[in-house]
Amino acid sequence: MEDFKIIDNYLMIRLPDEVDHHISVDISAKADRYIMSKKVGNVVFDFERTTFMDSSGIGVILGRYKKISCFGGKVYAINADNRIRRLLLLSGMQNIVEIMDSKTKT
Amino acid sequence: MIEIIEKKNTDRMTNEMRIEFAAVSDNEAFARMAVAAFITPLNPTLEEMSDVKTAVSEAVTNAIIHGYENRGSLEDRVHMGCILRGDVLEVEIVDRGVGIADVEMAMEPLYTSRPDLERSGMGFAFMEAFMDNLEVCSDVGFGTSVKMYKKIGTSSWIASEE
Repeated sequence: MEDFKIIDNYLMIRLPDEVDHHISVDISAKADRYIMSKKVGNVVFDFERTTFMDSSGIGVILGRYKKISCFGGKVYAINADNRIRRLLLLSGMQNIVEIMDSKTKT
Repeated sequence: MIEIIEKKNTDRMTNEMRIEFAAVSDNEAFARMAVAAFITPLNPTLEEMSDVKTAVSEAVTNAIIHGYENRGSLEDRVHMGCILRGDVLEVEIVDRGVGIADVEMAMEPLYTSRPDLERSGMGFAFMEAFMDNLEVCSDVGFGTSVKMYKKIGTSSWIASEE
């Protein structure tokens, strides 16, 4: 299961093993609740456990970006393996998401 | 002996399966895992396995949320058929939903008919990127059929066994 943690002004979202449409509806709703209630500015997607993703995952990232970017917030992707990285690049996410090197673990 | 010779003919159907399931989002994972299990005997690489799973997931998700408008009704059914011709996989995903009026526009990267559902508009683009070939056939009011092809496994152990 995915989990959420707030560190300073960052909402850390540890994504589950498989990110598809079914699970992404839930992740988006929970993330938005945190963003609204805790007033976090930035969102970090942690792909450490994720081995499967489809375009629904891209939708989750895009949706959160739209919510926080107008208030100057940034979106980060960490620990993405080559597979996830390829999906992010194919959808042009590098233009709006800071894709951090997998080695820089927090 | 004769069988082995026939298996080499890539035009001949070597395996086939068909599944019908309810158009609910829980079945997205079931559908891609079923196809993954079906191609496992071909010794696919991890990359090929992920490619097929992503493409199937996209097509099934499309059927559920666009074809059947995200109703989540058990009455709505998605049909999935897989055919193997030698080492070429053919997957067909069919819904009897609303259909697509403009298939070309729907296949444009980033285009989505449902921005309200937070779709990225990358579904067809991913199917095209991860499979060798993609055919989409749709009729408004009658449904949509998505056919995808991919060659699986670069080394055939049946051939090298002789």
